[in-house]
Amino acid sequence: MPTSPATLKEARRLRDHFAAQGAVVVKADVLQPADLLLDLYGEDIRARAYLTADPLRGEMVLRPDFTVPVVQMHMETDADPARYTYSGKVFRKQETDENRANEFVQTGYEVFDGQNPAAADAEVFAVIAAGLAGLPLRAATGDIGVLMAAVKGLRTTEDRKAALMRHIWRPARFRALLRRYGSGHVPPLRAALLAADDPFAQAGPDIGLRSREEVTSRIAALRADAAAPPLSSDEITLIDAILGLRATSTDALSMLRDIAVDMPAIGSAVRRMEARLNALSLRGIDIDTLEFEGSYGRTSLEYYDGFVFGFYASDRPELPPIATGGRYDALTARLGQGRAVPAVGGVIRPDLALEVGKC
Amino acid sequence: MLKLGVPSKGRLMEKTFDWFGARGVTLRKSGSEREYAGAVDGVDGVELVLLSAGEIPRELAAGNIQLGVTGSDLVREKLVNWGSRVTELAPMGFGGADLVIAVPQGWVDVDTLDDLDAAAAAFRARHGFRLRIATKYHRLVREFLRDHGVADYQLIDSQGATEGTVKNETAEAIADITSTGETLRANGLKILSDGLIHASQATLFRGKRSDWSDVQRKTLKTLLNTLDI
Repeated sequence: MPTSPATLKEARRLRDHFAAQGAVVVKADVLQPADLLLDLYGEDIRARAYLTADPLRGEMVLRPDFTVPVVQMHMETDADPARYTYSGKVFRKQETDENRANEFVQTGYEVFDGQNPAAADAEVFAVIAAGLAGLPLRAATGDIGVLMAAVKGLRTTEDRKAALMRHIWRPARFRALLRRYGSGHVPPLRAALLAADDPFAQAGPDIGLRSREEVTSRIAALRADAAAPPLSSDEITLIDAILGLRATSTDALSMLRDIAVDMPAIGSAVRRMEARLNALSLRGIDIDTLEFEGSYGRTSLEYYDGFVFGFYASDRPELPPIATGGRYDALTARLGQGRAVPAVGGVIRPDLALEVGKC
Repeated sequence: MLKLGVPSKGRLMEKTFDWFGARGVTLRKSGSEREYAGAVDGVDGVELVLLSAGEIPRELAAGNIQLGVTGSDLVREKLVNWGSRVTELAPMGFGGADLVIAVPQGWVDVDTLDDLDAAAAAFRARHGFRLRIATKYHRLVREFLRDHGVADYQLIDSQGATEGTVKNETAEAIADITSTGETLRANGLKILSDGLIHASQATLFRGKRSDWSDVQRKTLKTLLNTLDI
């Protein structure tokens, strides 16, 4: 559906609002190379991307978001700090709800600033909130960085930590892994495999690209895992406490500091959260009412690795979030060929902002 | 007229004719063997339309036919929110086949989805691309793997001879329909112990569109009474 004049006007207003903060207006190609891009998005967007084949350029994708192209563009410059704004359509298949748009405008604001990440987090949140001022919205926030720090600090093998880190984005599998590592139980088939003199006795033919050597090395990894002691129930309880956290930001910070006493690994992530809350306060955000959820952001874009937030219509739970954003330091490292720039950004959907404003 | 879509050839058509016949409704092809028109005896107001089984879900959703016989797997694969577009009237007890995930027998370390996920992570690190699963059931497979938290795979489209893709090294694993598993075994593959995505069978569906006439609704009632559903 063509974008309505009202939406275009609202998108322009928001882009001007971001530009007034010192952001440079940038554009991105609608057709993006698919291979690199899709690996960086989560399963959800990967499955919903419109792919097409180009005879010269290979597989291309209709831009499913702006952040990755903007990061790519930024990593080719030396500007630091830098602020960008953009406005344009993104394209995502809707596979379950036909009432949701499959192409819609996003107007965004991205900040690349390594000097003071807490201030940058607060800036992006506050600038987006100001763009939506007056609308009946509720904000949700979270911090993927706290959860990542907790996983990294577990007293268990590096392999197990890597597996848990990989599944931070898939809550069900994350929980299943945590339970398995905690139980020390080896399923009978697995036990038989590990005990076998020749695991390949009944193996049948070797076919496909995954070689016997790869299978052998996984068996070795499984043996090492079976020999590793189970994850302590204390640590599982602490992870559960972080995931189950749901409170105002001030209370959440206090609870996380309690958890940090038993789990010092999250100390620096919690201090970053404290610095961010202070910075948010300075920008006039009421952190005594701002919601914080320990699990928030775990099913959205996989490149977020710190502060995450979203704005939701208070009385319209069926609407997608009106605005979303977060910190994505690791993404800049992956796209920067060794160079990393701390970065945070967010997008507003002007069409939804207008719709919420009508009520 | 109430249009009933039935698979246009092969065992599925014959079994469908038998199923209706056993319940007092005779379906038959009219005219020559090549024509895709048919006739219905035993209930008035029902027209037989012969279609490819793969087209029946879409035709039901579009309202071009009101009733249809097809595999429950095809309805789930081809219709977004299938439950809001069609209703299952009766499972018919034939055409049974399982949509399963299968991997090479040589993967002695892989028996469950949990193993598949771990193998996919290691495979991606080693080969630089995500483990390929060949299938034609993209939606069903993706939903299943997403619900079970499997990552680092990609789906490769395969519209036929899917079992051969692993040997040909165009995929590392497959998701395909099997009734006995024999073809999979013959191709050096095994089914994951928790890899059953959907147990399919031929099923009688009705479309859920609201634009049915009163006559059509009455005809359906008579038909269902005759069929004893």
